[in-house]
Amino acid sequence: MSETISDCPGAFHPSSAPDYLPIRQLRELQLRRLRAIVARAYQRVALFRQRMDERGLTPEKVQKLEDLQALPFTVKTDLRDTYPFGLFASPMEEIVRLHASSGTTGKPIVVAYTQQDLDVWASVMLRTFAACGLGQGDVIQNAYGYGLFTGGLGAHYGAEALGATVIPISGGNTERQLMVLQDFKVTAICCTPSYFVHLIERAKEMKLDFGRLRVGVFGAEPWSDAMRARIQQDSGIHAFDIYGLSEIIGPGVASECEAQEGLHIFEDHFYPEIIDSATGAPLPDGSEGELVLTTLSKQAMPMIRYRTRDVTAIIPEQCRCGRTVRRIRRICRRSDDMFIIRGINVFPSQVETALLAVEGTLPHYQIVLTRDKGLDQMEVQVEVTPEVFSDKIRALEGLQDKLARSIEHTLGLRVAVHLVEPRTIQRSEGKAKRVIDRRNI
Amino acid sequence: MKIHQLSLFLENRPGQLVAPCRALAKAGIDIVTSSLADTAQFGIFRLVVKDWQKAKQVLEAAGSVVNVTEVLAIEVPDRPGGLAGVLEAFDRAALGIEYMYAFTSGQRGARAICIFRFEDPDKAVAALRGSPEVRVVESEEILGK
Repeated sequence: MSETISDCPGAFHPSSAPDYLPIRQLRELQLRRLRAIVARAYQRVALFRQRMDERGLTPEKVQKLEDLQALPFTVKTDLRDTYPFGLFASPMEEIVRLHASSGTTGKPIVVAYTQQDLDVWASVMLRTFAACGLGQGDVIQNAYGYGLFTGGLGAHYGAEALGATVIPISGGNTERQLMVLQDFKVTAICCTPSYFVHLIERAKEMKLDFGRLRVGVFGAEPWSDAMRARIQQDSGIHAFDIYGLSEIIGPGVASECEAQEGLHIFEDHFYPEIIDSATGAPLPDGSEGELVLTTLSKQAMPMIRYRTRDVTAIIPEQCRCGRTVRRIRRICRRSDDMFIIRGINVFPSQVETALLAVEGTLPHYQIVLTRDKGLDQMEVQVEVTPEVFSDKIRALEGLQDKLARSIEHTLGLRVAVHLVEPRTIQRSEGKAKRVIDRRNI
Repeated sequence: MKIHQLSLFLENRPGQLVAPCRALAKAGIDIVTSSLADTAQFGIFRLVVKDWQKAKQVLEAAGSVVNVTEVLAIEVPDRPGGLAGVLEAFDRAALGIEYMYAFTSGQRGARAICIFRFEDPDKAVAALRGSPEVRVVESEEILGK
């Protein structure tokens, strides 16, 4: 680990100062902001006021941070139900930017920013990059998609605020990504971890290395520690996990630091709670549960107790990097990524970890769920790589068997593993699609 | 002595075999001999070609996973008991066979050629030195110069 720290210069950036606030000062700041934002939402957002009134609550009831626990939750469907502008707390004259998420069903959700919100966003992304050891002089290839998706522009303005050189290449066109990465002497890349795995694979085929690249800033989808170890080993870079969601601001909600032991939440702007996702009851720091976030400074679209569906825990101990803002454990799963097969809860990340435990390669895999005569079947398709391919049938059957046993060991469920030809599993340039459910439940 | 054999991974679906063959045809590469091993889910297409390095490049560019193995081509007398005699010699030399396949190479005669995959081809060559009835065919004989 000391190697990690010395490899990342991580010069202290003045904008990172809130990361190191004394705890008492931080809590006072949070309370002041919380009271103001609850009052703003109550005055300006009809849905929130209605829910407060139903519970006999007023903003004045919020006297200390714990009082937040009595306030109503906000959920994703609230954004859909009030589509497009129903949760805005600023008039359109003050809103300078809209983003929208690609809705998988029906209408997308729309999020709004005032100029002040954009400034906050750039500052938290700046703090993200600084925590990943980046600064002036770094050349950042931003391969998050530019457009309605918050990833591209969010990372872009943060990197500019940092004073780094930004290459706004956006997503896609793998060959061009690799060419730019080499020719422009890129030192850091932003993209989804699954897309970077794809870049590693293409670079290998094209017999290219990663030149001066030393840092990957990866987010927008859950990925495992095993996947990180493999990425770091295969590409020689430091891979950092960042976290964010459009409903809260976009990327920039939390980020790993050089210690890579959890993600620091920029909690002067985003107040975290962990709840039991079944009952909604708050859980103490250290317990695993669903992450709930409250935006403490967002003007255009305050989110009070937004249920993220992401499963994590708040790490109570202070990080050895010196930051005082609390950390959350890496998010390896979302409570709605989970699928249930034959009564067993399964997260794709568990399958990924089981596959990586067997063979020394980055797997491209896909989980296919089917129903045969009323019985659920789970099949894991794994692409064959040159590293594991053998001319002997029994070696390949042995590999299939080993993979199946590793998954069985992890899940307690017998599954079929099928080897498939390379590049038959669809590559995504954004978030990887790991589960195909053909059960028509 | 040893011959480079290419192996390709194929999913067990109609039309899977034709794509690599077409890629080789386009590149003007002649297949000297081949065999297809199959299981319920996948197959392994093994082939011996004239220019294996170029063939490997062509196949990989076409998206295949290619494995290179060294195999031995061994002459087998074309008469009853011909193969048995060769196999007995392997037995005496304590050599196990991973797999084998047979082919003829143009000129018809009294001998056939079989491709044998041993775990360790070098050890096999050495072990067969003491068996005069087994002739390991030089690669030039079947692949040309």
